[in-house]
Amino acid sequence: MSGGSYYVPASSKWPALGSAAVGLMMVSLGAVLVHGQGALFMTIGLVAVLAVMWFWFRDVVKESRQGLYDAQMDRSFRWGMGWFIFSEIMFFAAFFGALFYVRTFSLPWLDGEGAKGVASLLWPDFTASWPLLNPPGENVVGPLEVVSPWQLPLVNTIFLISSSITLTISHEALKEGHRATARNWLIGTLALGVCFLIVQGIEYYEAYTHYGITLEAGIYGSTFFLLTGFHGLHVTIGAITLAVLLARLLKGHFTPDDHFAFEAGAWYWHFVDVVWIGLFLFVYVF
Amino acid sequence: MRRKLALMTGAGSLCGVTPALANGWNMPVGVTDVSRDIHSLHMTIFWICVVIGVVVFGVMFYSLLRFRRSRHTDSANFHENTTVEILWTTVPLLILVGMALPATATLRQMYDTSEADLDVMITGQQWRWRYEYLGEDVGFTSSLSTPRAQITGEEERQEHYLLEVDEPLVLPVGRKVRFLMTADDVIHSWWVPELAVKQDTIPGFVNENWVRINEPGIYRGQCAELCGKDHAFMPIVVHAMESDEFDTWLADRKEAAAQEALGVDREWALDELMERGEQVYNSVCASCHQVDGSGSEPAFPALAGNEQLLSDVEFHIDVVLNGVPGTPMAAYRNNMNPVELASVITYERNAWGNETGDAVQPSEIQSRLE
Amino acid sequence: MALNQLPKPTPQHSTATAAGGVAEETHDHHDQPPRGALRWLLTTNHKEIGSMYLIFSLTMFFIGGIFALVVRAELFQPGLQLVQPEFFNQMTTMHGLIMVFGAVMPAFVGLANWMVPLQVGAPDMALPRLNNFSFWLLPVAFTLLLSTLLMPGGGPNFGWTFYAPLSTTYGPPSTTFFILSLHIAGISSILGAINIIATILNMRAPGMRMMDMPLFVWTWLITAFLLIAVMPVLAGVITMMLMDINFGTSFFTAAGGGDPVLFQHLFWFFGHPEVYIMILPAFGIVSAIIPTFARKPLFGYASMVYATASIAILSFLVWAHHMFVVGMPLVAELFFMYTTMLIAIPTGVKVFNWIATLFRGSITFETPMLFALAFVVLFTIGGFSGLMLAISPADFQYHDTYFVVAHFHYVLVPGAVFSIMAAVYYWLPKWTGHYADERLGQWHFWTSVIGVNLTFFPMHFSGLAGMPRRIPDYSLQFADFNMVSSLGAFMFGASQLIFVWVIIKCVRGGVKAPAQAWEGAGDLEWTVPSPAPLHTFETPPEFKPTSH
Ligand code: HEA
Ligand code: HEA
Ligand code: HEC
Ligand code: CUA
Ligand SMILES: [Cu+2]
Repeated sequence: MSGGSYYVPASSKWPALGSAAVGLMMVSLGAVLVHGQGALFMTIGLVAVLAVMWFWFRDVVKESRQGLYDAQMDRSFRWGMGWFIFSEIMFFAAFFGALFYVRTFSLPWLDGEGAKGVASLLWPDFTASWPLLNPPGENVVGPLEVVSPWQLPLVNTIFLISSSITLTISHEALKEGHRATARNWLIGTLALGVCFLIVQGIEYYEAYTHYGITLEAGIYGSTFFLLTGFHGLHVTIGAITLAVLLARLLKGHFTPDDHFAFEAGAWYWHFVDVVWIGLFLFVYVF
Repeated sequence: MRRKLALMTGAGSLCGVTPALANGWNMPVGVTDVSRDIHSLHMTIFWICVVIGVVVFGVMFYSLLRFRRSRHTDSANFHENTTVEILWTTVPLLILVGMALPATATLRQMYDTSEADLDVMITGQQWRWRYEYLGEDVGFTSSLSTPRAQITGEEERQEHYLLEVDEPLVLPVGRKVRFLMTADDVIHSWWVPELAVKQDTIPGFVNENWVRINEPGIYRGQCAELCGKDHAFMPIVVHAMESDEFDTWLADRKEAAAQEALGVDREWALDELMERGEQVYNSVCASCHQVDGSGSEPAFPALAGNEQLLSDVEFHIDVVLNGVPGTPMAAYRNNMNPVELASVITYERNAWGNETGDAVQPSEIQSRLE
Repeated sequence: MALNQLPKPTPQHSTATAAGGVAEETHDHHDQPPRGALRWLLTTNHKEIGSMYLIFSLTMFFIGGIFALVVRAELFQPGLQLVQPEFFNQMTTMHGLIMVFGAVMPAFVGLANWMVPLQVGAPDMALPRLNNFSFWLLPVAFTLLLSTLLMPGGGPNFGWTFYAPLSTTYGPPSTTFFILSLHIAGISSILGAINIIATILNMRAPGMRMMDMPLFVWTWLITAFLLIAVMPVLAGVITMMLMDINFGTSFFTAAGGGDPVLFQHLFWFFGHPEVYIMILPAFGIVSAIIPTFARKPLFGYASMVYATASIAILSFLVWAHHMFVVGMPLVAELFFMYTTMLIAIPTGVKVFNWIATLFRGSITFETPMLFALAFVVLFTIGGFSGLMLAISPADFQYHDTYFVVAHFHYVLVPGAVFSIMAAVYYWLPKWTGHYADERLGQWHFWTSVIGVNLTFFPMHFSGLAGMPRRIPDYSLQFADFNMVSSLGAFMFGASQLIFVWVIIKCVRGGVKAPAQAWEGAGDLEWTVPSPAPLHTFETPPEFKPTSH
């Protein structure tokens, strides 16, 4: 702990602008959802949020490169990123919790099994199954068929798992000081991430056009899109992060023993990968 | 004039309250074995808490008085003592175990819905209750009967203000009655304190509970889960009768229901329909569309002078039968018999200056329901 | 605690302004902080941000309080007099939401901002810019939340617990905006908590081990953990609501295979830890104040830490005690009853430790101490009623009645809110350099204690006698209790005007306070001058462990 050198920025306009941008984005998102108008402002809001992040992180990068940060600051970033990922884990935990609850409790109860099986009184024709192709209500049309885990999802699993490996190789290379190797493996990681997103896009298209898996298709569609959708969003964010890291790597920002941004991005990517494995198992396979 | 009235009602309410206060500050003992168990559980925990409170606050106030600075200038410096720490962890634990045992026994008893003599289906709807005696073809809805004028204070409030209904749930004394509870729209909660039954009614699911009432009487309760605008105006009245009295009552209701079913096939006169329709409307529909059909925009459309409605009987029948999904307007096809449906539609088309002259016949509705 | 045991005050770089503080540092190439309103908007200083949080919270307390007064005015006597049921429900809902998310939580975050760096000897929060961001999200979130009241169909009217399907299929159109505003507030809380955790784990003065930290820091560390663990779950469940409302999903609809009760499980998985988020920092505050005014070290420091941690861990296992009557299977009912009862043990340990601290002390009764003592008594009463609620069979009679309302106001108002007031009186000398007016403080205290009990004690009776909560009108037998409650509420509300007066007076002047404002106080914050200069501990102090 070096005495007296903890860097405290005097002031910054990004946080306040950031809140304003978040506010604009959220309010106009609400307007789009409720009144069907405001898409323009929502876009402006989104761009503003991204711009603020850009400038804010740029300041941080600058300060870091000016050597204003010490080891203690590095630890602050580490704790910060670590707890942030923990919060993300809890966010997905809520969704997985919902999935398990519906599968182990609600659906069997609606079908007349278990402690609350009397519920089947209301749904005499309903039989529980997972994937749920025949939701209890007459007005809810279930999916025609579900995606086989052993086709596109398996491909995607391979993409993501290998991307975690390539990223680790890249990181090791960086630590060894092999910049070019690190760069190549990072590009590979990014490419795998983009492939993942493309395949997921194809899968969504298929889901809507061929399988009848839609948001309205009862709880199967709901949980399917909730989990894969938010995961996909996180892959997108992770991929953007990797792209930025690549740019910074190319500009020579990282040294073998000082590259926390890279590590943070890698943590995030691994986290997204682990979530996918959970998804693959519980959304697709079982 | 209004102020005078308000003053009078104020005074009236005070008089009405004073006798009720005598026993109106604690949980009622109730009239079932379970309610007695719960009451004694309640009193036990209460007294345990009182005793712990007296001891804890006793030591605290003793310290505050005895060791205030003016009497005790040198503070001690101790700050640890493993023995007392262990003591005040284990003693509460034992007390808790002592509480948990009887609580567990009572709970198990409450959950035993087996071997019931009678099944009653209770359905919560915004904002009334529907009761069906399963297997008996008897069912009816039960809504608040306190006049609006009492609520707004234009009329003096009566003793059972807000706790009175048009049709109470009738139950036999001494028989085990199983409740199957559900809801059509949002979550409600069926609660009668004297019976110690409080159970949420969850749309799409069924909850179970049961009572065996020991004493005949009239027991009042209320909906206990926020269910929208008229959550406060959704009371429950249970009329517990001697067993044989109940059987007679049930037989009469069955007979009346059968009569009404017969009425489906005949041709009804406009007047007849209007009379029956007004009853149904005020009991079921008025909570949203108002007694005078004026609704309350934008949430609840007016039915009086509603052009679209009056020009299109088909639409009207369709809305009432099938509801408007995603809005509070429920589908009434399964909640009412054809006579009720036909008469309420007829009433809406001819009341409050809606003079279409249409008389929708029960037989017509019947054929649509099939 | 003897004075000479205290760590020596570190020399201050400058006692003056922001400009002075930074100029002495190596990085003087940075812009000078802006002046005027911009300074507050752009600040990264933990003390300024702390003050903004506290002012924001006080504003919200008044707004939420006015909503409560609307509720109490309507309930003054039976019948509908002032407002329609639709509006009444919005008032109840907004009151709960604003008080929980707008008043109590930001107040504790504000206190953490001010005091955690001072108590651990850090120059600022670990991530100062993020800190500013967390704060400024709040006004955005709450402006949006309050504006829903003006939208067609009105604001949220489904209770602060917003159970589906009342809040989804049957909610007003503004519900989407309500959800989004809660998202923003949630982001703010998560980021704020991350910052506090990083500060505590990483910024302690050299020599300060975890078990040397003041209890306020400890309780906040654990609170921050709870926040990071459960706010995302809230975000998740409101996202599912958003999708049910806008995209036709069926998470909470049986017809599609979902379950309305799933909503409640997710909500209370967040909701129960949330109520401890509102009480653990209070425990920390009381554990600072009682030893100070008893002039005796806190009894059982270590067991206090363990008790706090146990409460936090248990809080993840008790959520369904809010759902005893939704019709859970018997085993679940029993499990949640037992775990809930267990919480009484660590909480009891705390109460006993405070009382043991008083025992054989040398006690004086300044305003902060009065509030802290009232906290101990009245919180414990609220805890007892909580324990009664935990007895599942009995909860079948208590649930959703005013008995529950009485319970949670006892733990929240003379609990959380009193602790915040105690903290304000305790630390005002550090913040402003002046003591608060003691006479006015005593007036504020006594009127508040009387008001609070008049308001909430009768609710135990009306609840037991059968009055459901969230109703704008009630049957006649509850009239007397409600009248007393309403009078008490107006009295308690009025007495808060004294509080504001005290604060304004104290900011503007008063008896000057020395660095060590209270004779018995012993944590690091008392080693810096009063008022604390904008920049403190830029060179970390050498920390020497004291008594515990
Ligand atoms: C600060 C907030 C706070 C705190 C600290 C607590 C503390 C506790 N609460 Fe409370 N609670 C709320 C806020 C809080 N609660 C809110 C807001 C609601 C309503 C939400 C809503 O529906 O809107 C609620 C509702 C609520 C319910 C649901 C009631 C219902 O809706 O039917 C229950 C049921 O178990 C409960 C239990 C408890 C228990 C057991 C504790 C325990 O932690 C208390 C422990 C303390 C003590 C017991 C006292 C001190 C101990 C001793 C002196 C030791 C010796 C004692 C014994 C051995 C008895 N609470
Ligand atoms: C920390 C949280 C917190 C706090 C501090 C309070 C504070 C108060 N609460 Fe509330 N309350 C809740 C949390 C809180 N509450 C929650 C979570 C609910 C459940 C909501 C739900 O059911 O969904 C609830 C519900 C609730 C109800 C039940 C409503 C219902 O079921 O319909 C009532 C009824 O009396 C009530 C009253 C009060 C009162 C009188 C205060 C007072 O302490 C307020 C005092 C403050 C002021 C009055 C403002 C300051 C003063 C002025 C503005 C000056 C002007 C005033 C005068 C001149 C008189 N609260
Ligand atoms: C819980 C509230 C509620 C109750 C009770 C209720 N309605 Fe409605 N009703 C509504 C709402 C809300 C609508 C508007 C639906 C929409 O958005 O189209 C509506 C619409 C209607 C309409 C169509 C009017 C129009 O202009 O679209 C008719 C007819 C109607 N209700 C009849 C009835 C009858 C008959 C009953 C009683 C048997 C009844 N309602 C009970 C809430 C209710
Ligand atoms: Cu039905 Cu409240
Ligand atoms: Cu709880």
